[in-house]
Amino acid sequence: MDGVEGIRYYDVYRREGGYRSVEKALKTMSPDQVTEEVKKSGLRGRGGAGFPTGMKWSFIAKPDGVPRHLVCNADESEPGTFKDRYLMEFIPHLLIEGLIVSSYALGSNVTYIYIRGEYAWIIDILESAIEEARNAGWLGRNIQGSGFDCEIYVHRGAGAYICGEETALIESLEGKRGNPRIKPPFPAVKGAWERPTVVNNVETIAAVVPILNIGGEEYAKIGIGKSTGTKLISSCGNINKPGVYEIDMTISVEEFIYSGEYCGGIPNGKRLKACIPGGSSVPILPANLLLKTAKGDTRMMTYESLADGGFPKGSMMGSGGFIVLDEDQCIVRHTFTLARFYRHESCGQCSPCREGTGWMEKILYNIENGKGKSNDIDLLWDIQRKIEGNTICPLGDAAAWPVAAAIRHFRDEFEWHVQNPQECVKRNFGLGHYAEPLQTATA
Amino acid sequence: MITFSPEKLKQANELISHYPEGKQKSALLPLLHIAQEEFGNWLSVETMDYVASLLQIEPIEVYEVATFYSMYNLKPVGKYKFEVCQTGPCMLQGSDEIINYITERLNINVGETTADGMFTLKTVECLGACGYAPMMQLGKSYREHLTKAKVDSIIDECRQRAALNN
Repeated sequence: MDGVEGIRYYDVYRREGGYRSVEKALKTMSPDQVTEEVKKSGLRGRGGAGFPTGMKWSFIAKPDGVPRHLVCNADESEPGTFKDRYLMEFIPHLLIEGLIVSSYALGSNVTYIYIRGEYAWIIDILESAIEEARNAGWLGRNIQGSGFDCEIYVHRGAGAYICGEETALIESLEGKRGNPRIKPPFPAVKGAWERPTVVNNVETIAAVVPILNIGGEEYAKIGIGKSTGTKLISSCGNINKPGVYEIDMTISVEEFIYSGEYCGGIPNGKRLKACIPGGSSVPILPANLLLKTAKGDTRMMTYESLADGGFPKGSMMGSGGFIVLDEDQCIVRHTFTLARFYRHESCGQCSPCREGTGWMEKILYNIENGKGKSNDIDLLWDIQRKIEGNTICPLGDAAAWPVAAAIRHFRDEFEWHVQNPQECVKRNFGLGHYAEPLQTATA
Repeated sequence: MITFSPEKLKQANELISHYPEGKQKSALLPLLHIAQEEFGNWLSVETMDYVASLLQIEPIEVYEVATFYSMYNLKPVGKYKFEVCQTGPCMLQGSDEIINYITERLNINVGETTADGMFTLKTVECLGACGYAPMMQLGKSYREHLTKAKVDSIIDECRQRAALNN
């Protein structure tokens, strides 16, 4: 749909069939019937966790006289992920349409889009699209004579990865620091302002539109097994055609990387070294485990296939942030930048994460800069193990997994850094062992 | 004593009305953005206290939020702030080289402001532009696919804009 000129604007969007799902839902369906369609579709949360959306909706508490809220998570901040940005920038009405239908299903009369503060220009795009929708009678009181009222407001964040975690996002929406809450109570029972709240990712909400239009059962026919529907993949790193691709979850990882229809292969005839297929927090996979699973099957771009082999020999679909590393890239250096990211983004509530992310960053910095000691690698392993599972929210796990996977699959490269302190600041330990000199030998 | 212009005050009240009654504190993040733009591109204690009074909350509630989020400047910054991403995907595309080049061009280190108060250089973590790396944020917009030549033209563009405004 993004190929249509002017699709960002209401008139074009409507002409192309936009807002049909709102008409259908409000005029012919009860809120529970809408939830039922989403359940049938098999839609799984597109933010990273992959939790079934219809089930999440069905958990929302409905105490008498207490307002409920839908909050759209547009805090896209996972390194490698830039799909929601694309969707909001180019097809804002798809999100708004999905929000109206989803708000109807959940009984949310005031719905919020929590957007990362850096996407400042997208806020303007969303707000003018909301204005257009309101003027056309899709928002406000008694929408299309249905008796359903709905307002959508954009809430601007201010720079904090942690606010993508749903309870931190709710805290931030309430005007506080983004410190995740201890669950239970879950947001579906006590969320924003202690009211029942559902938080859904932008892409998840957008998927509700085709589900309503074609029906949940039809939607479930796209894809393989429990990976139903289409998924946006944002691909970056060492590929010829970085960008956002909508895939049916029926293609192989190899096709996604090398086909001209998608990433278009790796530039300059370089070989594939590794890939992080689902955003920076999911395990990195070396080329041999990426294209085929440990059992020798072709690895597919589905939730199940990407996770095949578990953490030792698999990875995750995550947010769909697909980062490709060619043979010249240094795993230690790349892992260091991710460790620095998580140290910067830790909210500081839980000691294992607050202290551990700082330790991992420092040790990785030392190894990368020729100051590593032989026991540093085991120390790193030990620290990440002590973070994982010991924190209130998943940021601790997200910080631990990239370090664990890098050591698991590329231990020789870490060892080479420790054993060759002079060499490692000058060149990389690539796939072809001691490949090209580093282009940027900075401290 | 500082105050918003009538127009900004109207905008602030509009924002406050988006949240449930009695939960006006929810408008804190958006209001701090407006205050920062309005009062010199940073949040002084005076500015934060003013926002606290608008929302009828304690000043400490504003301080603890202002210090948590990376987009609020707690000290004065240059007229143009270059916020260059340095996380993994940008690093793969040479962000370190770009950062070094900017430090050379502006003759400042990361975190510093040029003597004429024109430019501040800051490194930031992932801004969601990984496919268009390397990149930086400049005001409301992203500048993507950075090269040394592109950095040069951005610096020139800023100087020209500043000259026009004076």
